[in-house]
Amino acid sequence: MTATLSEQPATRHTRRHLLSSADLDREQVRAILDTAAEMHEVQRRDVKKLPTLRGRTVVNLFFEDSTRTRSSFEIAGKWLSADVINISGKGSSTSKGESLRDTVLTVAAMGVDALVIRHSASGAAHQVSQWVDAHVVNAGDGMHEHPTQALLDAYTMQRRLGDLEGRHVAIVGDLTHSRVVRSNLITLRTLGAKVTLVAPPTLMPSGIGAWAAADGFELSNDFDAVLPTVDAVMMLRVQRERMSGGFFPTPREYTVGYGLTRARLDALTDANPDAVICHPGPMNRGLEIAADAADAAQSLVLDQVSAGVAVRMSVLYHLLAGEAAQA
Amino acid sequence: MSSLLVTGADLAGTGARDLLVEDGVITEVGTIRGSRSVDVLDADGLVALPGLVDLHTHLREPGREDAETIESGSAAAAVGGYTAVLAMANTTPVTDTAEAAERILDLGRAAGLVDVVPVGAVTKGLAGEELAELGLMYRSRARVSVFSDDGRCVHDARVMRRALEYVRAFGGVVSQHAQDPHLAGPQACAHEGELSGRLGLPGWPGVAEESVVARDVMLARHTGSRVHVAHVSTAATVEVIRWAKAQGIAVTAEVTPHHLALTTDLLAGYDPVYKVNPPLRPQEDVDALRAALADGTIDAVATDHAPHARHDKEHAFVDAAFGMLGLETAFSVVSDVMVASGRLDWAGVARVMSVNPARIAGLAGHGHDLVVGAPANLTLVDPSATVTVDRGASLSLSRNNPWHGHTLRGAVHATLLRGRVTARKGAVA
Repeated sequence: MTATLSEQPATRHTRRHLLSSADLDREQVRAILDTAAEMHEVQRRDVKKLPTLRGRTVVNLFFEDSTRTRSSFEIAGKWLSADVINISGKGSSTSKGESLRDTVLTVAAMGVDALVIRHSASGAAHQVSQWVDAHVVNAGDGMHEHPTQALLDAYTMQRRLGDLEGRHVAIVGDLTHSRVVRSNLITLRTLGAKVTLVAPPTLMPSGIGAWAAADGFELSNDFDAVLPTVDAVMMLRVQRERMSGGFFPTPREYTVGYGLTRARLDALTDANPDAVICHPGPMNRGLEIAADAADAAQSLVLDQVSAGVAVRMSVLYHLLAGEAAQA
Repeated sequence: MSSLLVTGADLAGTGARDLLVEDGVITEVGTIRGSRSVDVLDADGLVALPGLVDLHTHLREPGREDAETIESGSAAAAVGGYTAVLAMANTTPVTDTAEAAERILDLGRAAGLVDVVPVGAVTKGLAGEELAELGLMYRSRARVSVFSDDGRCVHDARVMRRALEYVRAFGGVVSQHAQDPHLAGPQACAHEGELSGRLGLPGWPGVAEESVVARDVMLARHTGSRVHVAHVSTAATVEVIRWAKAQGIAVTAEVTPHHLALTTDLLAGYDPVYKVNPPLRPQEDVDALRAALADGTIDAVATDHAPHARHDKEHAFVDAAFGMLGLETAFSVVSDVMVASGRLDWAGVARVMSVNPARIAGLAGHGHDLVVGAPANLTLVDPSATVTVDRGASLSLSRNNPWHGHTLRGAVHATLLRGRVTARKGAVA
């Protein structure tokens, strides 16, 4: 296993950081997903640890709570034998005296090989990468991006659907505030998939029309029209605070317009029995996704979580392992 | 009697003349033989402008003396060619009383490099609810006649109406920071458009400015009062102002150097040095602002000089402080963007950087043509010089300088405040 991995320097993702899904071209995405598949095999063994990152230190610096993503990175680092430390960054408000730069430099000064950053502010990982020598992995920055989520989504879909080239993926929900959609758009397009974004106009990001025209994806306000044409539908969580923000009148109306209801599950299955359902979690059952859909045979929700560890192992490997070999 | 002979300066594009300055006043203009024993300032090849006046400066004192003081800000103003600056009211405490205004006036006089004119808050504590003591600030030694809650919008229409009506009694003006807080809330930090959508930055749509300006010009018409629009940033705001002026409504407007030159594309790297309020806009807006400044729809250039301590900028973009430095670079930016490109001549620069702002602010001692009897407030600029901006060389205490590394055509050579040289070639004199 380790021998196989160390024999891949030519395809190893060579960038210093993973800040945006746009950092990766198709070859690099494929290399990461291929390595993830190998890592996924390791997960099925009794002894899951690989020695690959022994002696390396990975810090999960999370300024925003996310048990799911943090645990996934933590397990990924540990199964690669890295020393993994979790640090909860304090609030990023300017009133607290210490700047983000101060906080990050303090952590980096401890001798860190990789910083996995989660922050409620868009661009935070990008800024951090300019201040430190360590490799920076963006584990979600505000409403901007979440590249490892997009990789694990692609990995999961690909395992069910095969090559995503030419496949049609609809992403439905609160697009404005979603970092998942921005990364998925990029990675899915990189892999040649056709993407349609579905949401009420109030939950579409500003300037989305020009963006769609420039990057080649589709937009729709009509979920029912899009549904029969898809190979995968990705439902996004609708944050509770959006419900009081005037983005749509009531949860009930949202579900009728944009929820993956029982009726839409049937329509999807009728049109394409092989179509799959994704949700990055956590789900609002009954709001954006009916329980029947979440638990359906086509649902990949738990596969996504499982893939998360393998994909993050692969990302850490591609960023760090080359250096370890050279050292 | 102190006297100074300025020789060979082109007077705002009207031709080279000599100027004799005695006791702070221009006493002779023409070809002056050096028969008298006076100090001579050789201004051959330079253009003389009436001393620049900035309608919109944040000097941070009192409250944030780590970012700027009235003294350091005055030095930055002097080397930038300014002889008068209006100091915005959003200090700590807020300039919302006569005593606070007089304190700023006195600190400015103590620094002695530029006339520091306090702007009074429109509402107590900038809270947007109750009128500050506008009349008492006017009656104070500071003679405050420009009022602004800048940093915040006077968004309550009733409060804005009352303020406009009230200051009419003494010829005051309200300078409005136009930003509907419901359309552009406190998190809004990037021009709302395709780029903000891609970057996931909370959008600050142009309509949040335009709708307030539209309302305010109607309030100015209704009340017969004067309103001034601070830092115009969009093409549609220009259209509203153009329409209002055509109706005879008493509206004036300013634009910042950065909105004349920098675009929202700079936000792509999330560098908070480019975070400013209102935000940098797309090129179409920049083009409209340049045209509006050239055709007189926009009356003045104002810096919105906004120094910030380094640690207030080194946050995530959304959390970092708004604002950028401007006093030292404003002339060079205007020279580069407006004059070198042929959009404005030197008389035009005198108009938008001195005459109009002095008139809007009611500053009797500033903004005069360079004629016999005028106060000797003048700025000598070198149109053929280029400057490459080095943020480290700034006299401001702060370094949030978006022009760092830019090479600009046109440089301030010297500044005279009532006949005294206050700055020369980037250093205070």
